[in-house]
Amino acid sequence: MTNDKLSRRRALGLGVAALAFPAASGASAQPAVGRAMPREFNLTLSHVTANITGRRRPAMAINGQIPGPVLRFREGEEVVINVTNRLREHTSIHWHGLILPSSQDGVPGISDGFQGIDAGGTHQYRFPLVQAGTYWYHSHSGVQEQSGIYGSIVIDPATPEPFGYDRDYIVQLSDWTDETPSHVIANLKRDPGYYNYNKRTLASLVGELRRAPDGAARSAIVSDRVMWGDMRMDPTDIEDVGGYTYLVNGHTPAQNFTALFRPGETVRLRFINSGAMTHFDVRVPGLEMTVVQAHGNNVRPVTVDEFRIAPAETFDVLVRPRDGRQYQVLAESMGRQGFAQFSLATREGLPALPLPPHRPRPVLTMADMGMNYGPSGLDRGTPMPEVDAPGHVAPMDMGGMDHSAMQMPAGGSQGMQGQSMGGMNHGNMAGMGHSSMSGMNQPAMPGMDHSSMRGMAPSSMAGMNHGNMPGMNHGSTGAGAMGGMDHGAMAMPDPLVNDVGAPPGARVLSYRNLRAAKPLYPVREPTRIIEIRLTGNMERYFWSINGNSFSQAQPIQLHLGERARFRFVNETMMSHPMHLHGMWMIPQVGNGAENPLLHTVNIKPGSTLDVDIEADAPGGWAFHCHMLYHMETGMMRKVSVVSARQAASAR
Amino acid sequence: MKTKSILTAAASAVLAIGALQAAPAHAQAMPHSTEPPFSHEVFTGAVLFEKLEYGWGLDGPNIGRWDGQAWYGGDVNRVWLKTEGETARNGRVESAEIQLLYSRLIGYYWDLQAGVRYDIRPRPDRFYGVIGLQGLAPGMFEVDLQGFVSERGDLSARAEVSYDAYITQRLVLQPNIEANFALQKVPELHVGSGINDIEAGLRLRYEFTREVSPYIGVSYERKLGDTARYARNDGEDVGGWTFMTGIRLFF
Repeated sequence: MTNDKLSRRRALGLGVAALAFPAASGASAQPAVGRAMPREFNLTLSHVTANITGRRRPAMAINGQIPGPVLRFREGEEVVINVTNRLREHTSIHWHGLILPSSQDGVPGISDGFQGIDAGGTHQYRFPLVQAGTYWYHSHSGVQEQSGIYGSIVIDPATPEPFGYDRDYIVQLSDWTDETPSHVIANLKRDPGYYNYNKRTLASLVGELRRAPDGAARSAIVSDRVMWGDMRMDPTDIEDVGGYTYLVNGHTPAQNFTALFRPGETVRLRFINSGAMTHFDVRVPGLEMTVVQAHGNNVRPVTVDEFRIAPAETFDVLVRPRDGRQYQVLAESMGRQGFAQFSLATREGLPALPLPPHRPRPVLTMADMGMNYGPSGLDRGTPMPEVDAPGHVAPMDMGGMDHSAMQMPAGGSQGMQGQSMGGMNHGNMAGMGHSSMSGMNQPAMPGMDHSSMRGMAPSSMAGMNHGNMPGMNHGSTGAGAMGGMDHGAMAMPDPLVNDVGAPPGARVLSYRNLRAAKPLYPVREPTRIIEIRLTGNMERYFWSINGNSFSQAQPIQLHLGERARFRFVNETMMSHPMHLHGMWMIPQVGNGAENPLLHTVNIKPGSTLDVDIEADAPGGWAFHCHMLYHMETGMMRKVSVVSARQAASAR
Repeated sequence: MKTKSILTAAASAVLAIGALQAAPAHAQAMPHSTEPPFSHEVFTGAVLFEKLEYGWGLDGPNIGRWDGQAWYGGDVNRVWLKTEGETARNGRVESAEIQLLYSRLIGYYWDLQAGVRYDIRPRPDRFYGVIGLQGLAPGMFEVDLQGFVSERGDLSARAEVSYDAYITQRLVLQPNIEANFALQKVPELHVGSGINDIEAGLRLRYEFTREVSPYIGVSYERKLGDTARYARNDGEDVGGWTFMTGIRLFF
C-alpha cells in the first residue's frame, strides 16, 4: 500500500503484497556453501504517510512499505542485515522466534551489548540461521510495531519438509489504527473502558431480564451484575483497544488480498499474527486446514476447521481446494470487532464474498476470573510491587503447608521440592483465603488427598492445571464430547481450549493437538519451578509479572543448562501471549517428548499452565506479553541465563 | 502573621507528602544503571471537566458552575490539579478554589492525596492543607473524600460520590452527591459548624465521544444549620432546585 516508491534491493524479494512464491520457483535458492560470504540485506526505517482507512495518517515503514519486505533466508546460512534508522527516534529490530546470540536479538537494554539504533544511525546484525520455518520481525522500541515496523521471515529448510505443497503464501495479519499509538496508551490510562462500546448497560439488562425464562434466572442476572460491580471489573472487556482495521499483508478487508490457486493444488498458508493487540479466530468456510508447522517448527499434521492465533504466533497450514470456486479466509478478532479477510481464488480481482455475521461476543465469567473475586482482600493483580529476588519467585512446599504459618512470602527457593504442589498463589499470603489458591497443578500432586485439606472446597481450587491430563482432548472434539469427565463444581477454564464460538463438532486447534515432529530436547524433570504470576491493574491500565512492572522488576535468573519450569498463573481477566526470546518454550500439554516448541504461549484468563524452558542460550533475553500495550505498560521481564559459577559469584 | 500561617499550612502539606513517599521504600524503582532510557514506565495525563454548566434556579438565582480535575504522572505517583467554583447571575464569581495535590496509589483502586488548596473566593481568600482519598468503591462508585485544615487552623471536610449508569453505550445517567462539613464555625466565611451544605444532582449526558458529552440535569442544594442561618441573615437562599445544561469534557 505504501510501496509505490520502492527502491528495494533485489535481495529482499518482492513486497509482501505481491508475494506469491510457488515452491517450485525457489529460483534464488543457491546451495548453501560452507563458508560462503553471508548474504546481505538492507532495511531502512522511515516515517511515511499511510492511507489505510481513507484518512492520511502518520505511520512508519520499512523500505517504504507496510508490512516490511519478506526476508527469505536459508537454513544453515549466515546473514548480515543492515538496519538504517531514518526515524526521528531511537529504534531496534527484533527477529521474532529466531534462535541466535543474545547480542543479535535486538532488544535495547536487554540484549547483550545492544542499546538500540539512534536516529540517523545504521546497525549491522549478523547471525547464522539454525532453523527453518515461518517467523517475523518487528521493532522492539516503544510502540513502533503498531505504527508499521513489522515484516515476515521465511527460512527455507536445509532438508526437505515432511509435507508437500504447490503454492506458498504469507498471510501476515495485523491491526491498524488511525490513532497514534501513544494516544492509544493515554486513552487506556485515563479510561480503561475508553474503547469498549459493548459494555453492559441498563438497556441490555432490560433485554436480558425479558429473555430470562424464570425468576431464578432473572435474579441470577441481577446478582451477576452486582458481583461484577462489586469487583469493579468489566466482563465485556475482551479487547482493550478498538477502532482497528484488520489487515492481511497490509490489505484492508475491502482490498481483499487474493491468493491464487488451481483446483486440486495444495496451498501453504503461512499465518503470522503481527497484530499489536488482536487475537484472531481463523476459518475458511468450505475448507479444512491441516496445520503442519507451529511457530516455525514442524508438527505432526493435524487437520482442523478453525484455530485461534494469538499475537506473535505463527501457524503454517495446508489447504486443498478441489474445485475452482472462490473461498474466503476469515480472521475474526476475538472481541468480534471486525474481520481480516482474503480470498483464495483462481483469478485476481474478485470482490470479497459477503462476510458472515459476527460470532457472539464473548463475555467473561467468574470462571475466567479463576474464581477470584477481585482485589478486595484477595489477589487480583497487585497494586504495589512485591519483593522478589532474581529468579526466585518459587512456589512453596506443599508438605510443610501449614495454613497458620503462611505469613511470609517465600523469598528464596529453600523449602521448594520440585514437584510438590507448586503454583500456589502467594500473592496475598497474609490473611489468605482458600479461594485465592489458584494455580494448583494436579498432575504434580501425586497421591494428594483433597479430603485432608481443611476447608478447601473444590470450588475454590481455581486454575488447576489440566494441561497434562492425558486423553483429554477438548479442542479437536468440540463441545459436548466431554463425557465422563467430572469437573464437579470446579468451573475453572481449561487453559488449552479456545472457545472460538465454532459450531458443534467443529475441530478447533488447541496446543494439545500440537506434537513436535522432531523434538529438540529429551524429556527430563525440571530443575526448578518458577512461578510467573501474570498480574496487573486494569483500572490504571498497567501490567506486571509477579506484581512488578518492568520498571521495578529484577531480572529472572536461569542457570545455563538447566531446565526451568515456568508455572504461569494468569490472575488477570485478559489473555496474555507470553513470549520468551532466544529459547523455545515447551508447554506441558500432555504430549510428553512431543510437547510442542513454541516461542509464544498464550495464557488464558484465570488459567494456569506449566511451560518448560531449556536454558541453553547464555545472555540477556526479553520475556514479555506480546499484547503491545501490556508490554509497554509493564508486563515484561529480563531473563538472564548465566552459568552456575556466575550465578554463585553474583550472590 | 498571614504569611506565617500560610507557611504552616504548606509545611504540613509537605510533611504529609513526605510521609506518603517514605512509606513503601521497597517500591523504589530498581536502577537499571547500565541500561538506556528503556524503563517502560509510561507517563501520561488527563483533564476532566465533570461539570461545566449553567443552571436555572427554580426559586433561586441562576448560576454557572465548574468542577474540573487534571492529573499527570506514572502508575503510582501523580500530580493532581483540581478546581471548582460557582458564578452568580451577574457573572461575579461567588466561590472559586484550586487544589494542587500529590497523589499516590495505595490500593488497587485508591489514591491517597495531599497538598494545598487555595480559595480565591469567597473573600477573605484562604489557604488550606489537604489530605484526601480518591478512588473507585465497590459497586463502581467514584469517591473523593477530603479533609482540610485552613491557615487559621480550622478543620473541615468534603465528601463526593458519583456513579455512571450506562443506559446505552453512549447515554449515561450520573447521580452524584456532595456534602461539606466543618468542625467549628468560621464566621468570616459564613460557615457554621457541623454539616454545612449538601448537594445532590442527576445529570444525563450523551457521549458523542468519550471526550465531549453534553448533558442536562437537575440538582438540589441545601445549606444547613448555622451556615443556613448565615445565609438567611444575608438575605440569600438556603437552597433549592436547579435545572442545568452543560458539557462534560475529558481529554
